[in-house]
Amino acid sequence: MAAIKVHGYHASMATVMVLCCLNEKEVEYELVLVDLPTGAHKKPEYLALNPFGVVPTIQDGDLTLYESRAIIRYLAKKFQGQGTNFLGSTLSEEALVYQWCEVEGQSFNPPAFSIVSQIVFVPMRGGSTDEAAVEMNVEKLEKVLDIYEERLSKSKYLAGDFFSLADLQHLPCTHYLVNACGKGDLISSRKHVNAWWEDISSRPTWKINFT
Amino acid sequence: MAKIKVYGHPISTATRLVLCCLHEKKVEYDFVLVELSAGAHKQPQYLALNPFGVLPTIQDGDLTLFESRAIAKYLAKKYEGQGTELLGNSLSEQALVEQWSQVEGQSFNSPASTILFQILFVPMSGGSTDEAAVEMNVEKLKKVLDIYEERLSKSKYLAGDFFSLADLQHLPYLDYLVTDCGKGDLISSRKHVKAWWEDISSRPAWKKATGKTP
Repeated sequence: MAAIKVHGYHASMATVMVLCCLNEKEVEYELVLVDLPTGAHKKPEYLALNPFGVVPTIQDGDLTLYESRAIIRYLAKKFQGQGTNFLGSTLSEEALVYQWCEVEGQSFNPPAFSIVSQIVFVPMRGGSTDEAAVEMNVEKLEKVLDIYEERLSKSKYLAGDFFSLADLQHLPCTHYLVNACGKGDLISSRKHVNAWWEDISSRPTWKINFT
Repeated sequence: MAKIKVYGHPISTATRLVLCCLHEKKVEYDFVLVELSAGAHKQPQYLALNPFGVLPTIQDGDLTLFESRAIAKYLAKKYEGQGTELLGNSLSEQALVEQWSQVEGQSFNSPASTILFQILFVPMSGGSTDEAAVEMNVEKLKKVLDIYEERLSKSKYLAGDFFSLADLQHLPYLDYLVTDCGKGDLISSRKHVKAWWEDISSRPAWKKATGKTP
């Protein structure tokens, strides 16, 4: 059977999350480079795979799939029983996984991504960081992380005492916040968030992205 | 067995999504009103259920669950085999449902909710609509709807030729945009989006969720 093809870019947060998931599930894949700096993601060849012109997109046999959060859910289901279990063990646990996945997508990611975008990507494209926007989004993110602190004081991981898709979804952006944006204090100032971050970011399948 | 409890408000888009899903799955529930105008969603009693202080939250036995898209997914799975199938029939179909659900949550929702917030909710709380913000978000939404138009020219619904959670997730904001924000042209100017909208918005479960029928 042909390996899953991942069309993506090594520095793309969404691509790295999918690669980490594939590694956790012990699934072979082939990475096909979509060269973002040269605008490859906006060319007709890529738009035919993903009309939104963003990375990554996977091909698994006849299935072409995009949206990284959808891709990791598909992988978690298709390869259930192999590698890391990402969905909990009961319907209720699975529901909590989806709940915290939505929290990441709806409450954590918007401010976190804005901060990373302003500090890392805007200057890379020749613009200058909007400090007011960074400050506003740091405040929003602090409120979200306070809720995480409370949750993680009662539960080892977000959905329960088991690592899940919900935790995985937080790896890429938090990595950038801590390592590329000088915002590590957001994490380290919160005891349980810090312990959780140290745990999930030290998983071998995550660390391998940076060796 | 105790009925599912839904803590929400009838005007809340996310509450409507969950109610619509319950009706599609033919699941009985008890509705507990959280009075937004009185700030009930920010009171300790509600925050104990949902620390983010937003609507809705459900209780199903021992499980307390928030985030409307997660609730809808949970209901669709728990009640598989009853009412409308919302998840697709094969692993690949399910994956496409997830993909278009994420498109709604990540690309459609932000511009749509900003337009609604500016046109309807800001004046309701005494402020004035930021027209530049509306215009900017209308432009964003047009680009997304152009992609939907292309997709729906090949497929009756978003994930395939079957109604799914991905379509259902679009009902609450599109309904407000068309009915209350004067943005119906965004839909009516796109032939396939229009046909899709007319189809999904006429579903009985949606009419029940918005109180248009009992």
